[in-house]
Amino acid sequence: MTTITDQAPRERALPRVALAAVAILLALAVIPSFTALYQVQLLTYGLIAAIAALGFNLLLGYTGLLSFGHSAYFGVGAYTVALVVAHLGLRSMEEYLLIGIPVVAITSAIFGYICVRHTRIFFGILTLAISQVLYSLALKLYWVTGGSDGLRVPRPTLFLGLLNFSGSHGFQLFVRSYYYYVLGIFVVCVVLMWVIVHSPFGKALQAIRDNEVRARFIGLRIRRFRWIAFLVSGTFTGVAGILWVPLNGLTTPEVLYWTFSGEIVFTALLGGFRNFAGPIVGGIAFTYLKTYAVATTEYWQLLLGVVLVTLVLVLPTGIVGAISRAGQWFGRRNAVT
Amino acid sequence: MNLLRTVDLRKQFGQTRACNGLDFVINKGEFLSLVGSNGAGKTTLVNLISAHLQPDSGQILLEDRDITFTTVAERIAAGIARSFQIVNLFDGLSAFDNVALSVFSRDGKTVKMARLADHDRDVRRETLDVLGQFGLASKAAAPAGSLAQGERKLLDVAVAYALRPRLLLLDEPTSGVSTHEKAQIMDTVSSVVRGGIVTAVVIEHDMDVVFRYSDRIVMMHEGSFLADGTPDEIRANRDVANILLGAPLTA
Repeated sequence: MTTITDQAPRERALPRVALAAVAILLALAVIPSFTALYQVQLLTYGLIAAIAALGFNLLLGYTGLLSFGHSAYFGVGAYTVALVVAHLGLRSMEEYLLIGIPVVAITSAIFGYICVRHTRIFFGILTLAISQVLYSLALKLYWVTGGSDGLRVPRPTLFLGLLNFSGSHGFQLFVRSYYYYVLGIFVVCVVLMWVIVHSPFGKALQAIRDNEVRARFIGLRIRRFRWIAFLVSGTFTGVAGILWVPLNGLTTPEVLYWTFSGEIVFTALLGGFRNFAGPIVGGIAFTYLKTYAVATTEYWQLLLGVVLVTLVLVLPTGIVGAISRAGQWFGRRNAVT
Repeated sequence: MNLLRTVDLRKQFGQTRACNGLDFVINKGEFLSLVGSNGAGKTTLVNLISAHLQPDSGQILLEDRDITFTTVAERIAAGIARSFQIVNLFDGLSAFDNVALSVFSRDGKTVKMARLADHDRDVRRETLDVLGQFGLASKAAAPAGSLAQGERKLLDVAVAYALRPRLLLLDEPTSGVSTHEKAQIMDTVSSVVRGGIVTAVVIEHDMDVVFRYSDRIVMMHEGSFLADGTPDEIRANRDVANILLGAPLTA
């Protein structure tokens, strides 16, 4: 469980968590110096997937709602950037974020308001249905969205035009700079989410997840909490979509399709949805897994399917869950000997 | 002075009249026990007062204000809290968090997103206080799901109590707990009632507990009130003995 809060041990444990976080951050910061451009690109995709899954898991892991339509928010983020490029001619990443974040937040608020009227499978089906509506619109309204060809997004400038990537080495420079840009936003997202799930609001979400009836009888307005959780969750996933599109250079209706929602669910399961770090590890692991599966075999979906089934049977708590259990086991052994 | 009263309150499940036109009065500051055999309508009455159920007809008045159609959240805000016969806890959260959430909720702090829950010193102090009162201080860090049955029952009452209600409704708070824990629950509840803070309505089957702690005992049978009085009056009531023991007492 991620949610155990012993007061005294928590205060001792906090520096250890912070220390581990700083170590991982340093490692992430130096990795590009040692690796090929392609690996840097992959890792950037991994961090973006981690942000998407982190948002998704606020609903699944902390509120107990399985969304099967988070592609909608990722896709709205991506398409907002593409449309801003096409119609407003903006080229700065900050402008994309500044316009994109309110758009995904409003979209999440509207869709969330509809979806949180139900729970369990009904909630899942509603989220799925709404995301499929967006997929159809992106496909059919080709004069706006480019249909199945999608919309191109050129390399943006970073830091209000301070970094420009139009030269001959523009692409390499962009990939390496963009990695740090995404890493920065990733850190902000992780810290924000960590604070949210450890705030009174986050605790209330977990209470609702554990026991809806009792949550009501300590005075929590359940639907309102679920709605706000949905809004935050969708916005995080939308930010991932905003960050993803300049790196990919193109957005197509696939990012709105339900299989992409499935990938987000897969990501959270892979890392472990009962752990805060689960979706982060899952996002990076899934990106590599999928990339190498696609490179290895034509039947990569089959390969991923096998991984998913194995995961559910052998590691129901995901990678992070298994590691933390192993850690506890070794800890006990050491304590005994 | 009455804290809460119901007027001709009715609730029917199919053919069963669980509450058959009840005029129930709860006086301020009393420790009231609801007794009666299974199916007498005790839990239904508590469910109606706490808005867990809506009545078919009748009124519920809190200090003469009609609250019949208010929501659960509104009733909690008005000072009506309850515990459950079958333990209802947040099993994935620690005992500490279970109680802390009541305090956060009562103080309207559950909307706070940008602040760590553990850093709220007032809430922390009060939570540890409540856990201590219920003898659960050493279990603060344990997930509620891992506690023993008796401890879970205590925690269930503590979660309701931490809302600092004016009216505390407890549905069989001592069922399934040891004699020692029974005394702990009832001593805690009765001490806060004696402090004049809380009015308690307790559904209870253990007549020793009922006679020892109650100011007033109300006996229900098939959706109606059969007897209402002090422990001494109830003890002397022949109908009560008949119902409770299933056979007439031969004096």
